[in-house]
Amino acid sequence: MPTLTMLDTALDVDAEGFLQNPEQWNESLAAEIARENGIPELTERHWMVVRYMRDRYLTTGAAPSIRSLGKESGVDIKELYKLFPKGPAKLAAKIGGIPKPKGCI
Amino acid sequence: MSATAVYPEPSVQFEPATAPRRIEKVSIIVSKGSLEGIYPALIMANGARMEGIEANLFFTFFGMDAVVKAKQGKVKVATVGNPALGLPTLLGMIPGMPAFVTRQMQKKMESLDIPPIGEFVQMIADSGGRLYACKASVDMFDLDKSDFVDAVEEIITVGDFYEMAAGGEIIFT
Repeated sequence: MPTLTMLDTALDVDAEGFLQNPEQWNESLAAEIARENGIPELTERHWMVVRYMRDRYLTTGAAPSIRSLGKESGVDIKELYKLFPKGPAKLAAKIGGIPKPKGCI
Repeated sequence: MSATAVYPEPSVQFEPATAPRRIEKVSIIVSKGSLEGIYPALIMANGARMEGIEANLFFTFFGMDAVVKAKQGKVKVATVGNPALGLPTLLGMIPGMPAFVTRQMQKKMESLDIPPIGEFVQMIADSGGRLYACKASVDMFDLDKSDFVDAVEEIITVGDFYEMAAGGEIIFT
């Protein structure tokens, strides 16, 4: 498994840079991953999505679909794409330190 | 005695392989009006947006049923002439069979978090996907803009479609 060093920590990541081990994550790491993926600053709205994504993964073992992200995170689909233009589910997972979502929806 | 074949030098020289270019835009044509005809296009359009890829949907012929208000909720699985379903034609034609098979499939899709067509179409529009209806089909079925759900931006010609598809991939379903 490739490792990536960020903020002086060696992280287990996949080829696209998704953390494979959610325990290695922390909030300053999230901000750093966000910056590297074109989001200069995480607002409270970004955090709502990122936390929801992470909690769902940690409790169910799978990331939510974009549909449930829009319905349950407190941020609707339109705003999700404004916050994360390059793909809300994918980016929120990356920033939240969980593996890349596997679903098609 | 051995014969040695002599081949001419190839006239076309191929460039060495480079890393494949990332897809930036897809324009998907939806031409079929059955459930199994419409969903793949919606899933691909939504999936494109999820990857940050620009997505256009162009609804033509019976594919327009996905975005015509009066038809959107009535789309069915084809139970006749659909060998992959494994249902003998004589059973497929029993009244109520298309509705039954469609309900079964919808239940399964709901359990996988795949939205009903109306919600899905709106979701794609909300995610920045752009939806258009085909002018030739609109004229043929005597429709106008008011017959379509709001997610449909405009009725456009084939020429307009090619123009907006320029520089991206075209997918016909």
